[in-house]
Amino acid sequence: MESTEKRRSGRPPEDLKNEIRIELPSLSINEGIARLIVSSFISQLDPTFEELCDIKCAVSEAVTNCIVHGYRDARGIVYITVKILNERTVRIEVRDKGCGIENVKEAMQPLFTTDSEGERSGMGFTVMQSFTDRLAVVSRPGKGTRVTMIKTLSGPRERQ
Amino acid sequence: MKRNTKAGAETMLDGHTMIISLSGDIDHHSAKRIRGEIDNSLFTNRPKRAVMDMSGVEFMDSAGLGLILGRIACAEKIGCRLTLLSPSPQVMRILDLAGAGRLIEIKQH
Ligand SMILES: Nc1ncnc2c1ncn2[C@@H]1O[C@H](COP(=O)(O)OP(=O)(O)OP(=O)(O)O)[C@@H](O)[C@H]1O
Ligand SMILES: [Mg+2]
Repeated sequence: MESTEKRRSGRPPEDLKNEIRIELPSLSINEGIARLIVSSFISQLDPTFEELCDIKCAVSEAVTNCIVHGYRDARGIVYITVKILNERTVRIEVRDKGCGIENVKEAMQPLFTTDSEGERSGMGFTVMQSFTDRLAVVSRPGKGTRVTMIKTLSGPRERQ
Repeated sequence: MKRNTKAGAETMLDGHTMIISLSGDIDHHSAKRIRGEIDNSLFTNRPKRAVMDMSGVEFMDSAGLGLILGRIACAEKIGCRLTLLSPSPQVMRILDLAGAGRLIEIKQH
């Protein structure tokens, strides 16, 4: 299947165009820094304002979760990889080596939160899901959590 | 490259109405401080009405949602009617995800 695909299009189905890897300590100041780095990187695709907002917001949610829930008060590293695939598809992976999630399905429900004092709305995963095309969450208690988000941007806009 | 703008809340009293002007990027990093600033003013002045002006907000994620939902609860406690003013389309999408329109009056300019 894959080889037919390859022959027909003349290139592998997942064609990596560009990639950035970021490692940031789990400090809340880095939530904004992660948004800035990822949005600058994505700018090469000339996304619409709305697409850029969506990606910034989804990244913010994933990174904040690593800092707030994954590592709690401990210090750890947040790993972010952004790949540009097949011209206009963006694949963002945000990972921590923190406490992990016991029940991922439950955690992803709208309004679900384990936080009681920080005024969390429990809408982080819902935002990630709504603002990207695909969201996958893999977690192992005691090992960490990996969130993968995929979004295909609309066609390249006409340039002057 | 566009820098993150420092987030903040400015409050002022206009008769019985408190105007809370939010600005900058509202995320988990800034929300705690902003919450303190608003609550300080809210509980000191105990206004009958409060308007949260969102027009200066450049970015907001679910932490901002938590901040707003929390302030609705605080306002209720002191018998104050809270209204949201002029959220951007980006902010509005987040508010809609949580059905915030059912909990608070949202006005556009
Ligand atoms: N990286 C992570 N490590 C450990 N637990 C996590 C992680 N991400 C999410 N969780 C768990 O999933 C729950 C739901 O996450 P979600 O982002 O949807 O809501 P929240 O972070 O609690 O609130 P909000 O994002 O609205 O501020 C969290 O309360 C937490 O228990
Ligand atoms: Mg969250």
